Amino acid sequence: MRPELSVQGTATAIEGPLLFLKRNVEVGLNEAVEIHGGGEKPRLGRVAALDEKVMVIEVLESTVGLGLQDVRVRFFGESLHAALGPGLLGRIFNGVGQPADGGPPVAAAKRLRIDGTPINPASRELPKDFIETGVSAIDLMNSLVRGQKLPLFSGGGMPHDRIATEIAQNARLRRQGEGRFAIVFVGIGISHETAEAFRRAMQESGALAHTAMFLNLASEPSTQRLLTPRFALTAAEYLAAEEARHVLVIMTDMTNYCEALREVSASHGEVPSRKGYPGYMYSDLATIYERAGYVRGARGTVTQLPILTMPSEDISHPIPDLTGYITEGQVVLDKTLDHKGIYPPINVLPSLSRLMDQGTGAGYTHADHPSLAGQLFASYAKAIRVRVLASVVGRDGLTDIDRDYLEFADEFERSLVHQVGPRTLEESMALGWRVLHRLPPAELTRLSDGQISRYIRRDLDGKPHA
Amino acid sequence: MSEAVIRWIGGPVLYARAKGEFRVGEVIEVGARRLPGEVIRLKDDELIAQVYEDTTGLRPGDPVYGTGGPLSVRLGPHLLGGIFDGLLRPLDGTFNQGSSPLQAAMPFHFRPTATVGQALEQGAPFGVVPSGGMDQLCLLPPQVSGTVESIADEGTFAPDTKLCTIRTSSGGLDQLGFFRQWPVRQPRPVRERLPSEEPMITGQRILDTLFPVARGGRAALPGGFGTGKTVLQETLAKWCDADVIVYVGCGERGNEMAEVLHDFPGLADPRTGRRLMERTVIIANTSNMPVTAREASIYTAVTVGEYFRDQGLHVSLMADSTSRWAEALREVSGRLGELPGEAAYPAYLASRLAEFYERAARVRTLSGRIGSLTIIGAVSPPAGDFSEPVTSHTKRYVGSFWGLDRERAQARFYPAIHPLQSYAQGASRFASWWTQRGNPDWVAQRERLLSLLESQADLERMARIVGKDALPAAQQLTLLCAELVNESFLRQSAFSPVDRYCSPERQTAMLKIILRFIELAQAALERGVMPQAMAELGILRRLQRMGEEIGEDRLDQIPALRADLEAAMADVERAPRHAA
Repeated sequence: MRPELSVQGTATAIEGPLLFLKRNVEVGLNEAVEIHGGGEKPRLGRVAALDEKVMVIEVLESTVGLGLQDVRVRFFGESLHAALGPGLLGRIFNGVGQPADGGPPVAAAKRLRIDGTPINPASRELPKDFIETGVSAIDLMNSLVRGQKLPLFSGGGMPHDRIATEIAQNARLRRQGEGRFAIVFVGIGISHETAEAFRRAMQESGALAHTAMFLNLASEPSTQRLLTPRFALTAAEYLAAEEARHVLVIMTDMTNYCEALREVSASHGEVPSRKGYPGYMYSDLATIYERAGYVRGARGTVTQLPILTMPSEDISHPIPDLTGYITEGQVVLDKTLDHKGIYPPINVLPSLSRLMDQGTGAGYTHADHPSLAGQLFASYAKAIRVRVLASVVGRDGLTDIDRDYLEFADEFERSLVHQVGPRTLEESMALGWRVLHRLPPAELTRLSDGQISRYIRRDLDGKPHA
Repeated sequence: MSEAVIRWIGGPVLYARAKGEFRVGEVIEVGARRLPGEVIRLKDDELIAQVYEDTTGLRPGDPVYGTGGPLSVRLGPHLLGGIFDGLLRPLDGTFNQGSSPLQAAMPFHFRPTATVGQALEQGAPFGVVPSGGMDQLCLLPPQVSGTVESIADEGTFAPDTKLCTIRTSSGGLDQLGFFRQWPVRQPRPVRERLPSEEPMITGQRILDTLFPVARGGRAALPGGFGTGKTVLQETLAKWCDADVIVYVGCGERGNEMAEVLHDFPGLADPRTGRRLMERTVIIANTSNMPVTAREASIYTAVTVGEYFRDQGLHVSLMADSTSRWAEALREVSGRLGELPGEAAYPAYLASRLAEFYERAARVRTLSGRIGSLTIIGAVSPPAGDFSEPVTSHTKRYVGSFWGLDRERAQARFYPAIHPLQSYAQGASRFASWWTQRGNPDWVAQRERLLSLLESQADLERMARIVGKDALPAAQQLTLLCAELVNESFLRQSAFSPVDRYCSPERQTAMLKIILRFIELAQAALERGVMPQAMAELGILRRLQRMGEEIGEDRLDQIPALRADLEAAMADVERAPRHAA
């Protein structure tokens, strides 16, 4: 490594978060820097662009107070690194990995590049094994699997923060390795109030003991938001690789991340693509989401549950659209359900977990879990079609079977999707069989005769579940 | 070789001042780490190039070296069963090192098929490499012909051994081994292109029966996220009746590649019994790998496909997804400051897509064998909108269009191919193939199904206005029959060990029994039986679960089911309700 360099008096311009310097030292792209001057505390930055004469520094903090004359830039000779070590869990950090709970810095056992390195696809192990979140609509219908990335698509005014907190508090592995479970909670551009609520909820429930929190506040500069998920994922990878933990990374809110990306891209003068977002947003998001996974030989895994708010509830907006193309499914919240008082307001139809077949069924959850989920999906989809029909022609225009479907849909939402407190998968499955009683067995084409006689008929003849 | 010095670098694109001659398309090596790249533009003494690896750490002043040649890949018997990156470099950790010669260090078995003094035309085989139950041919490269001067005896040789020497007509000597380089952007020559007369059987009912793709044909598979593109591509890669599968994951998820590597070795080809992995080449450029190599990976894949086609094999290329490839073009184009076209894609998007799909063909190879390369490209339109540039241009070049529908996918109705948005051009030319396979009525049956599904859509629109109850009985029956076709025939689970593959024989048997039900139901309707009564027949449920219950090895149960159907429909008036 080259010795550290420092330059002064070469600044030519400051524009927003960008600092332009004359290029009189040999530095590489993406190198980390520290900017001194205009205050006591040095500011973090990185080399964003280079040509023969000029270098551009992206300042990761506010540039207010910086002047061209007295600014001094120190080059570290390497890209941004995070110093990580034992004792990450139970701690709270800011968006660039510095302690924010008044505690001492983490002892640095390892320094890791925050950009990570792409996982060779051939060294990936298939994600498998179920993570129980305690939410029926996820566990039963769109199961989360270790090593998966499954985002939560929300909208303004919906209770995604509450869902995030509850999942962070209740999520558990069902089989061996219970004690090796850890959570990395990442707040990106969240309000002070929300950050405080998360912190309190985690502290009071005791979940903080197996959690590391990285909180970037809305008032902090947008350039930092681009780094927060990277610092947090580096910490998660450290926990997975060095401490052999199964890490669930909950990131909220990725929309703020994308907005920051657009802002910084615009300040660089780049050609915008859809809705002003940069053309490389797909690739950039992929460098974050693809860090979930199961690496062959590693004893730990990284699972991601990113949360994003869809601008004006539009699932075709570039942020959810590109996210959906990278992640392995999505869990979609629905305003209508929210208005009906259903909590969590998860609309299971547009939701999907692509890896569900790898983490459910015999050996993972229950042999009949996949068929039950398949039947509930098919019936609910049909019920929703009937509901649309009924809204036009009225209930009277429906056949008897169609009216059964309407009742099934109501019960499905009220008693299965809606829940107070966490449920085990067994409780969710029992509820699933029970709501299917609303339909004649002839309609249940996704179930085998054996499954019908085991779960539906017997209950019909004998006593239904309490 | 020529050298140049980097003047500016941003992302994967660099500008350099050239000292010496460079050519457009020439491969370069960049910086101290000698990263591979390709020249894309020249002006005076300035060259513009794209780099195929992460450029972090490169800086103005770093050197660029020319290599004199275009972007080429090494073709040879090591490809089958392997996983490679976008430039066909092996990715470590491949699963089957023990069973088939794979990595550069592994020796290959060679058996000569030519003798000293024999005259060989270009493209003719001089030997075979047995691998996984199939003989791979070692061919003379195009433009090389002459007499065999010397040839190795049968035996096992290190990969770099020279096996055969050819004295060419001009008197020169050409030494041939297991491997040969070929420039990826140049299609491999053939003697002639042939019309495609037979379908490639995919084992998927909705495709083979309704929207078949020809051997040597082109198909597009567009769908928004979550509609099942990747699962369908993987299903096709598993069960279609090609000899070799080239699967290119272009800008997609790393876990999907892991899934292919995990699933394929354990599965057997239903026709040959060989392990599926032994007929598969995987090219992986996941979304977090460099964007420029993503652009090259498509050409690499199609070149590999042509290499196997030239051995007289039927090859199927699955590209997932061509949209990511188009976006890579867009990203590089944007960095070059080119004038953007529709949706910021470069104006040459359409011609690049055409070039790619044109490399699919059924051909007579240089040595007179019949081979084919079928291309199936997934398209990921933003927001599932089929009018966007990549989908609409692709539509112009493909013969089969399999549009995936979000509503079907949300009901977990897979494959979620929308029967009214999809098409297969000139499907009736496959009639004789189906006749040979024992189904002379295929064209009529296909038309019957399509018109039934068409009327279902019309009637559902109508029912939305007047209510289902208000529809006349005949129309209610049409809805019932269409529902049966959807549930029992078009739906097929890729994860069910029984139903994931459906042979043409089973498809025909299922189709016949469903059409028989429709016939009997029409007759019953005329006798005055209400559709509601037929809907409650127990036999209907058995028909709907037929795909799941009656597997390939239990086709002999079809006649019994048929007899039960006849009996149930004969006295539908007296049938008990809700019988199972």
